[in-house]
Amino acid sequence: MTAAAIPTLSDLRRSLAEAALRAGPAASGRISLGVPSLDAALNGGLARAALHEIHAAEPADLAAATGFALGLALRGGQEQEQGEASGRPILWVRQDFLDAETGRLHAPGLSELGLDPARLLLVRARDGEGVLRAGAEAARCPALGAVLIEPWGEPRPFDLTASRRLALAAEGSGVPVLLLRVAAREAPSAARTRWQVRALASQALEANAPGAPAFSLRLLRQRGGAAEREWRVEWDRDRRSFAERSLFDRTDRLAPRTDHAAPLSCPLVPLSGDGQVAADGRDTGLRRAG
Amino acid sequence: MVETQQNTLRIVDCDWRAVGLGLTRGLTLADARARIPDLVALEADPQADRRFLEDVAGFCDRFTPLVALDACDGLLLDITGCAHLFGGEEGLVALAGRAMDRIGLALRTAIAGTPDAARAYARFGRGGILAPGREEATLRELPVTGLDIEAETVIALSRAGLKTLADLAERPSETLSARFGEALAVRLRRTLGREDRRITPLRPPPDCVVERHFAEPFADTASLEAVVARLIGEAARVLEARGEGGRVFELGFFRSDGAVRRLMIETGRPSRDAKALIRLYRERIEALADPLDPGFGFDAVKLAVPICEPLNTQQHSLDGRAVEADAIADLVDRLVTRFGRDRVLRFAAQDTHHPVRAAKAISAAAPPPEAAWPEPEPEQPPARPLQLFEPPQPVEAIAEVPDGPPIRFRWRRLIHDVARAEGPERIAPEWWRDGFDEPMRDYYRVEDAAGRRFWLFRIGFHEAGSGPPRWFLHGLFA
Repeated sequence: MTAAAIPTLSDLRRSLAEAALRAGPAASGRISLGVPSLDAALNGGLARAALHEIHAAEPADLAAATGFALGLALRGGQEQEQGEASGRPILWVRQDFLDAETGRLHAPGLSELGLDPARLLLVRARDGEGVLRAGAEAARCPALGAVLIEPWGEPRPFDLTASRRLALAAEGSGVPVLLLRVAAREAPSAARTRWQVRALASQALEANAPGAPAFSLRLLRQRGGAAEREWRVEWDRDRRSFAERSLFDRTDRLAPRTDHAAPLSCPLVPLSGDGQVAADGRDTGLRRAG
Repeated sequence: MVETQQNTLRIVDCDWRAVGLGLTRGLTLADARARIPDLVALEADPQADRRFLEDVAGFCDRFTPLVALDACDGLLLDITGCAHLFGGEEGLVALAGRAMDRIGLALRTAIAGTPDAARAYARFGRGGILAPGREEATLRELPVTGLDIEAETVIALSRAGLKTLADLAERPSETLSARFGEALAVRLRRTLGREDRRITPLRPPPDCVVERHFAEPFADTASLEAVVARLIGEAARVLEARGEGGRVFELGFFRSDGAVRRLMIETGRPSRDAKALIRLYRERIEALADPLDPGFGFDAVKLAVPICEPLNTQQHSLDGRAVEADAIADLVDRLVTRFGRDRVLRFAAQDTHHPVRAAKAISAAAPPPEAAWPEPEPEQPPARPLQLFEPPQPVEAIAEVPDGPPIRFRWRRLIHDVARAEGPERIAPEWWRDGFDEPMRDYYRVEDAAGRRFWLFRIGFHEAGSGPPRWFLHGLFA
């Protein structure tokens, strides 16, 4: 009798504590990205308890997409902790094939982007199915800061149902689930937002050295919100925040422009809702890349 | 069974009928064939024999956790305190005999007070059960070969007229030790049951074992799970009474045809949470590449906890932190159970400047590493890439002479025009690990016109006499 009663009591205590965990600040909804115009377009920030899809514009942009996803995960963790340095663990599920195709995750590089590698749990899965399974398992754990799921291409089991399952798990646990996709077509999914990320020329430092990571973002889709907009942002590691790229270089990092730094000499438009401008900017980008 | 010994094929083992025909061990195959032309001879495979014997030992695990191999064809079982579970010593012998009969093995058994006495009685005596205290009286009749000693010693003893153990036992042991060494005297004492020793079991005995035997084998998955759940609950109670938790749980499924399947469940922390363990068991079953095959059914299931650690009953606090840590540890356990230890990783910082060795991936089930990561330099862009290629990928590059950054390079059949670059950062090889032949690497951070950032390095210098330097792409920046 008592043997049966004790686990029940401890279970009850645990479920109470978990409920408190969910109802705490973690559950309060949105992750600010640190860019006012972006936050405004997202109704105050990226929804926390939801699935978000991040596409690399081209396979070669995967590193940029990865950096952006990592930034989102860090923003999520940081907001929660209210400035505390050590946030909740971030779980990253990766398919083995990516190691050969895009390189393996490099811990010092993570540290350079602001994530303490000790906070990272890495799960390596052999195939797309394993990636999804591990991702779904992790997404149900409310103690994580964020879950990053990175399959290669279009794994067959990844359909609308699978994405809905992930989205539901995220809603249940209050953990942002970021699905990083490379070499994948856009397909219907239960994701709250879908982003396309392209590498962007950085603001040169002294002696024309590459600067802080910069991304060109396109919000392809947003549930119940405006989409098809484009931003140019930088990742500021020291503040662990995104920052909008302004028209002019910041004076403290002013570097002499050189002729072949072509991306800087083209007009940078902090975009309004005008899709036409966005399309133009993108097109010129494409031409340069090709 | 034949084996090549000193360039001739010799008989190493033969069955009873061959013995009846006059064949013995050590006879050359040619001689044997001359006597019996239609002899069937097979190449001996000691490894396979050993594997088979280990399988049989695994089967005998159902009788007692202490099973040891004896030479190449025997098993020693320490059945202290186990026999009554199988209907006494007679019942146990009968049960083992029937089981061995089913898999086609001839069995000779002996039960005695010490392992050496039982061994000698089974191999050289009549076999059977020796009542306690009767070892010496019975075994005195055995020939000296029963001591399991070298052939030369046996010959020397028989030349001295010492044919049976009784002859030896009557001599003072000092003279025996002086002539034949201490080992012989020890053997004698042990075989006659005057001295006991512990056997070294094949599998170390676990701290905690619970098991269930069934009158009828069953193959139904649902009932199997119910049995496992009950065993886990039982083990959890045992562990709780001891104030311990298990780190490794091993389930043994004993099939009625003798095959044994073992499954391991590992937890990151000591645990006795029956619910979590059952969940891990289900994960484990689901993740099996070759599912649990019941065959004609299982007739015993055994749960062993080989590794236990102290675990005190905890007051569950309402503090979010502790619950969070628990939830993470549970998640890691589940992922480890499903994907394997080496697939759930965390990074450990290494004290080296070598880019590849700077981080080591260790299993997340292991205790977290202590070493802290170096803080990145503030106000500076990332100095190390987010993704690293291992091995580095060769690229074709055009660069300024002598040590300028690349101006243009081709990687994966695409030409990248370099817009910005920084470098070189010279990273010398670690001669104490790599040797002195490993060349120096000059690393450059470059950004191409499309804004993609790469980590490239050059091996070699523009020097007369040496070949052109080679370029490699080592990583990608965000």
